[in-house]
Amino acid sequence: MSSTVPATSSSWKRNQQRLAPWLFLAPGMIMFSIYVIIPIFQSIWISFYDWDGLGAKTWIGMANYVELLDDEAFYTSLKNNILWLVLYLLAVPAGLAVALFLNQTVTGIRLYKSLFFFPFVISQVVVGLIFTWFYAPDFGLLSALIKAVSGENIAILADERYVTLGIIAAGLWPQIAYCMILYLTGLNNINPEQVEAARMDGAKGWSLLWNIILPQLGPATFIAIVVTVIGALRSFDLVSIMTDGGPYGSSRVLSFYMYEQALSEYGYRMGYGAAIAVVLFMIMMVFITLFIVRMLMQERNA
Amino acid sequence: MFPTPVQKAAPWVRHAYTIILPIALIVWLLPLIGVAITSIRPSGDLAAGNYFGMPSRFAGIENYTAVFRDSPIGWYILNSFKVTIPTVIGAVGLACLSGFALAVYKFRVNLVVFFMFVAGNFIPFQILMVPVRDMTLKAGLYDSVSGLVLFHIAFQTGFCTLFMRNFIKSLPFALIESARVEGVSEWRIFRYIVLPLMRPAIAALSVLVFTFIWNDYFWATVLVQGQHAMPVTAGLYSLNGQWIAAWHLVSAGSIVAAMPPVLMFFLMQKHFIAGLTLGATKG
Repeated sequence: MSSTVPATSSSWKRNQQRLAPWLFLAPGMIMFSIYVIIPIFQSIWISFYDWDGLGAKTWIGMANYVELLDDEAFYTSLKNNILWLVLYLLAVPAGLAVALFLNQTVTGIRLYKSLFFFPFVISQVVVGLIFTWFYAPDFGLLSALIKAVSGENIAILADERYVTLGIIAAGLWPQIAYCMILYLTGLNNINPEQVEAARMDGAKGWSLLWNIILPQLGPATFIAIVVTVIGALRSFDLVSIMTDGGPYGSSRVLSFYMYEQALSEYGYRMGYGAAIAVVLFMIMMVFITLFIVRMLMQERNA
Repeated sequence: MFPTPVQKAAPWVRHAYTIILPIALIVWLLPLIGVAITSIRPSGDLAAGNYFGMPSRFAGIENYTAVFRDSPIGWYILNSFKVTIPTVIGAVGLACLSGFALAVYKFRVNLVVFFMFVAGNFIPFQILMVPVRDMTLKAGLYDSVSGLVLFHIAFQTGFCTLFMRNFIKSLPFALIESARVEGVSEWRIFRYIVLPLMRPAIAALSVLVFTFIWNDYFWATVLVQGQHAMPVTAGLYSLNGQWIAAWHLVSAGSIVAAMPPVLMFFLMQKHFIAGLTLGATKG
């Protein structure tokens, strides 16, 4: 590079370091603001209105939220979301168990690992259809198994007692695969010397896993929990595909109920839908805050 | 290594492991195997109640032909490609720029901007639904491929930026410092020094975003209504409504719809897993 700088570009040269980051950031930030950041606030705003999506908006203050308090369907959705959250987290220990099972070096193990991971690659629509078939009364594989064992013919997706559990089980299938791959990578990077040293000291089995292995798997566990919580609260696809919220709305979750209120044939209640979305957002904010605090602490340490 | 390698275990453990492994895999993939077999079953089998036995004959060709001939699934797949490929290019491209900015420069609100991307990426996207749909309608992009692409690019930029920023942070900073001392402009540092080093991250992200977008169903139902712009996920669902109880067709359609990301995964497995597990090992 030449050392003689033309006079015209000297102010650019001087300020380059200060301006450059903003020029690099601009395209991404503009897109992200328009489609993600600003709509969050717009949604909160819309939740104070009565709006059919086309005509004029009518300010009704907290009325949407007050209505939620008395809405049976809202409580069903909320209850199901909590059930999703709790049961979905089983994917984390289950994924760890599968990863431990597969963390060997026998012939063909790589192919086994990929095939175990398979369900995650498939779209949730396909997973939903597969499990609908799997659960179908009379000719579904699982129903046939249940019938063979208990003699009862249970239509899982048509039974209010089992429907949400059935959908969550379908969701767990890809989610366990996801957690498994996180743990396999984590196990791969474990410090072998520490493990050997602990073995010398007589640690084995559960105590080795608990005291030596799990602490080293901390980052994998953190990410597994993050993606699982997000997955549980976002759950929409499977509910929509497998039951469309039924029977009698008993398998609705907040994201699905919100969609139903805002866009379905029951009429366009944008304000009410937005209010449900805000509630879901608030629940998620609790987790997002926890995640970000943890990541921030890591940034400070780095 | 943990758990103890089976090679070091007692012989019966070793044998048990080699037997249990394939059984476990079959149980794990049972729903999928069932669907694959159903997709090659002649429709007569289903009517005759032969749901689980061997198919009476191989009807794979006629089922898959029927799916492509009698339904617009080929068109839906084309739409999925039209949505997915521009989104991958757009989101990864934008994230290269913004990730570079956040990784290389120290400025006061750096972390604030970074965590804005991170937080936006975690939100339940239902909160965006009403405004984004309204905005897309007003821009005349409702029910079009480009409306879907623009949203996907914007939303994926959050995740991609997080990924790229962490990747660039792990590169040796001395390289950039010495280029600056030489007087290389910031753009040329990005273009000729950092970008070539980002290839593995670009590959990993592209595969991941391809899969995410291909498999998106929610936005495909919110921003698209008609057949002409419908991606295969939403298309498959609407076909499922028409093919009531024609499980051999539903199965064949499901397999067709799942194929592109599955192929992508097997061809680019290393990149895919590297992308998915970034951060699972350190930090």
